[in-house]
Amino acid sequence: MRHILSILMENESGAMSRVVGLFSARDYNIDSLAVAATEDKTLSRMTIVTHGDDTVLEQITKQLNKLVEVVKVVDLNESRFVERELMLVKVRAVGKDRDEFLRLAEIYRGRVVDVTDKTYTIEVTGSSDKLDSFLETLGKTSILETVRTGAAGIGRGERILKI
Amino acid sequence: MQLSGAQILVQSLKAEGVEYVFGYPGGAVLEIYDALFQFNKLKHILVRHEQAAVHAADAYSRTSGKVGVALVTSGPGATNAVTGIATAYSDSIPLVVITGQVATPAIGTDAFQEVDTVGITRPCVKHNFLVTDINDLAVTIKKAFQIAATGRPGPVVVDIPKDVTQAMAKFSYPQEDVFIRSYQPVTQGHAGQIKKAVQMFASAKRPLVYFGGGVVLGNAHQELIDFIHLTGVPCTGTLMGLGAFPSSDRQFLGMLGMHGTYEANLAMQDADVVLAIGARFDDRVVSVPSKFLEKPKKIIHIDIDPSSIAKRVKVDIPIVGDVKNVLADMAALWKKQELLLSPTSLEKWWQSLESWRKRDCLWFDNDNDGDIIKPQYVLQKLAEITRNSAIITSDVGQHQMFTAQYYPFERPRQWLNSGGLGTMGVGLPYAMGAKLAAPDQDVFCITGEGSIQMNIQELSTCFQYKIPINVVTLNNGYLGMVRQWQELYYSNRESETYFDSLPDFVKLAEAYGHIGIRIDKKGDVEGALLEAIKQKDRLVFMDFITDKKQNVFPMVGNGKGLDEMVLPPHMRETPKDSDVNDVKDRDYDTRSVP
Ligand SMILES: Cc1ncc(C[n+]2csc(CCOP(=O)(O)OP(=O)(O)O)c2C)c(N)n1
Repeated sequence: MRHILSILMENESGAMSRVVGLFSARDYNIDSLAVAATEDKTLSRMTIVTHGDDTVLEQITKQLNKLVEVVKVVDLNESRFVERELMLVKVRAVGKDRDEFLRLAEIYRGRVVDVTDKTYTIEVTGSSDKLDSFLETLGKTSILETVRTGAAGIGRGERILKI
Repeated sequence: MQLSGAQILVQSLKAEGVEYVFGYPGGAVLEIYDALFQFNKLKHILVRHEQAAVHAADAYSRTSGKVGVALVTSGPGATNAVTGIATAYSDSIPLVVITGQVATPAIGTDAFQEVDTVGITRPCVKHNFLVTDINDLAVTIKKAFQIAATGRPGPVVVDIPKDVTQAMAKFSYPQEDVFIRSYQPVTQGHAGQIKKAVQMFASAKRPLVYFGGGVVLGNAHQELIDFIHLTGVPCTGTLMGLGAFPSSDRQFLGMLGMHGTYEANLAMQDADVVLAIGARFDDRVVSVPSKFLEKPKKIIHIDIDPSSIAKRVKVDIPIVGDVKNVLADMAALWKKQELLLSPTSLEKWWQSLESWRKRDCLWFDNDNDGDIIKPQYVLQKLAEITRNSAIITSDVGQHQMFTAQYYPFERPRQWLNSGGLGTMGVGLPYAMGAKLAAPDQDVFCITGEGSIQMNIQELSTCFQYKIPINVVTLNNGYLGMVRQWQELYYSNRESETYFDSLPDFVKLAEAYGHIGIRIDKKGDVEGALLEAIKQKDRLVFMDFITDKKQNVFPMVGNGKGLDEMVLPPHMRETPKDSDVNDVKDRDYDTRSVP
């Protein structure tokens, strides 16, 4: 099953490689990873999308908690959460495709952020699923390049991850 | 007053109460060596290879319970130390390893003798630091000691660039523990879980305590002994747990696992409630979880490290906490509630256990091979002569398993070996570290002709510092443990496992300034050991030429259940009982007791 782990850790050099190293050393999978400092400059927050059964997830969480720099770990799947990923996609846009892509972007609440006479660059945010589906709709042949940030997640409502 | 980084380091070590530093100099740590020279109150042991420095520091810790300290230079010094660090990590030994690093402006430039020590050691340390600001140095050392020794202990590496050792700053060492918000080990067990555990244990028909190295590390042996005596239950220990409970006590069934005793392995397989204490259900202990759980059982698991719980087997009652506290709480509750295991069930259980024990799985034929020395015999004699009380280190191989089986360890910290990583080459440096930590004890290194050659250069260190340990090689001319597997699982194809050009160990020992003795007749075994014991001031190297093809039995092969042991020859001969599976298939209650 797909899980989104949210990790609060000391904002120190090397902390992130410890987390990443843990996954590779134990043969766990990282589907995506997003990390940046938080409003508290001494802390950074990492969102890791991974998959595995309950025992694997339990071990991943315990092993993460064991790292000295890790302050807190939550599995967002344990209750409701919001998930967003940002994607920039550059498409070949000529002829009648130009209108079509604009329409599609609108449906997905995307924005065109760069234009040339042959290309559009479209920015879309949403769950990873939504971004996948946008790419599918655009069709492989017209896509020139994509960049994705990996998911960031946060609990819904009052639930917060803080120290 | 301003001190240099090197002086700050040395003063910090002193403030931590460090007695010995095991190390080897080099360019990046010249400043530190100079500070050691000027401040000669720390005893520095100059080893001959950095791997041995870390092993010796590790043994010093295993023996004394304090944090061991090693000091090596950057680049090749640090990489040589990695095997030692990984060994300590596998066995959760508290160490602080100081590595020199090239000066900060040179970091990342592929400078002479530069390696990314923090990167290389990251997967095999509890934590590591790169100190880039001299003002962080003292507090980092404090944190390193704190992290190494608390929670589940382990090695901590502190990488110090040369310019930081040269910079000047004011020295003040934190008096109190440093608060680390992201590091707060749990030490008290959860009261509710403890209550449930005690009740579950009291309801058992076939209870078993299974303890591991965590009991030794947590100094919880007295609490363990009290709990086992209080409840009247049988117990078994892992290789790393040996000594936590006295081997001569009737309630001890011996070590369990791949080379565990018949009675301990069957007990583990057959128990209905297992209380696991500071042990982690390692693959060498339970083999495959599916087979282990074929017989339904309830598992209570106490460990300071939550990630050790339910890692390999499902646990019914997990208790995270310091084993010493948890065991004391459990005993107190047991007494308060006046709990008692069902006497009839317990008696029946003990009858089975005794019937298994009677099969005497560690018996070996010592009488029908003339003068040939059996390795088991050397260990039996050694136990007799040292009255089970010497500190014993071993390397890795058959000799290690024979030692675990035939030397009855009576107290914790008496048995030092690489259980987790299985590192050949630890034996001699372990003996050095142990002897320095406990100079009044007799220390014996039991090794093989393969293992001893992995760090034999340390005979030189022993000579320089007059470290009078005793080395026992059980010299079978083979990488014996590998040959055993080749015999059993590779149709006897002895691929690269025998030595036809061994050195003359007696001459080698003499060349290093020690006493060398070769023993090749059974009748001379006792004499040699007595001579070694008598030589209090000299290192005695005894090269025992042993039976070439002894195997370690019982043995649980890969993928087999604990009750599917390959038994020693004498147990195979009794036709009816020879089939271990036969025992498994019978229901406990109908099992006849001879
Ligand atoms: C550094 C290292 N390399 C290889 C091994 C694999 N290994 C385990 S036991 C063994 C043979 C040990 O031979 P010896 O020291 O002569 O002891 P014996 O088994 O004969 O008692 C080997 C090669 C190991 N454990 N450690």
